[in-house]
Amino acid sequence: MKPGSMKIRVQSEPFDLGAEVNAMSHGRTDIGAIASFVGLARDHNDGSGVSAMTLEHYPGMTEKALATLADEACARWTLLDVTVIHRVGRLLPGDPIVLVAVASSHRGDAFAACEFIMDALKTRAPFWKKEDTPQGERWVDARASDDTAAARWNAP
Amino acid sequence: MTLRVLYFARLRERFGVAEEPIELAGGCVADLIALLQARGGVWAEELAAGRAFRVAVNQDIVALDAAIPDQAEVAIFPPVTGG
Repeated sequence: MKPGSMKIRVQSEPFDLGAEVNAMSHGRTDIGAIASFVGLARDHNDGSGVSAMTLEHYPGMTEKALATLADEACARWTLLDVTVIHRVGRLLPGDPIVLVAVASSHRGDAFAACEFIMDALKTRAPFWKKEDTPQGERWVDARASDDTAAARWNAP
Repeated sequence: MTLRVLYFARLRERFGVAEEPIELAGGCVADLIALLQARGGVWAEELAAGRAFRVAVNQDIVALDAAIPDQAEVAIFPPVTGG
């Protein structure tokens, strides 16, 4: 991957999937595959309706943690570019929360690296969600299934 | 040594503080946690053995036996829930 081509952003504004994916391949013809994932705010969780959520993060560490995950993906697969964008602040159901896009020569590396980055982000990037529910505000608890998903990348 | 200690999310709300300077004689994360537990109340409750929380030293998540350098930024927070 070209030095400095990785894009890591933490922002309150929405992002545009199409614009981000187009930016990755703009002006180059060596990319054969781009895999992307977009996470959205749901209107329900753990049996309750969710009318809004607020995402808090740890400024400074967040960007560093996301860059570390992307670096690990670059060390493990042959990648040409990586974009990770995560929103913070107040979000409504249907709003995009997170974007991971990975470019490579062939699809296998792009698919695998995209999923790896999302699984690692879920357990290692310092974000916390607080939901507005009919019963009041509540902090979201971490899920054991996220630990399991992240751990499978360490399996021999 | 003097540390800058930060709290996030549910722990920040429960402790009622986002950031504080702390003087610590010992040198590892477990020593800092023991000092905070000794405050009693919500501190003892939230940081009790078996409770799920994470500690970052200079913005890297570390284990309880990790050393803390002088002037470090230490953050204590719940397991993360982004994405």
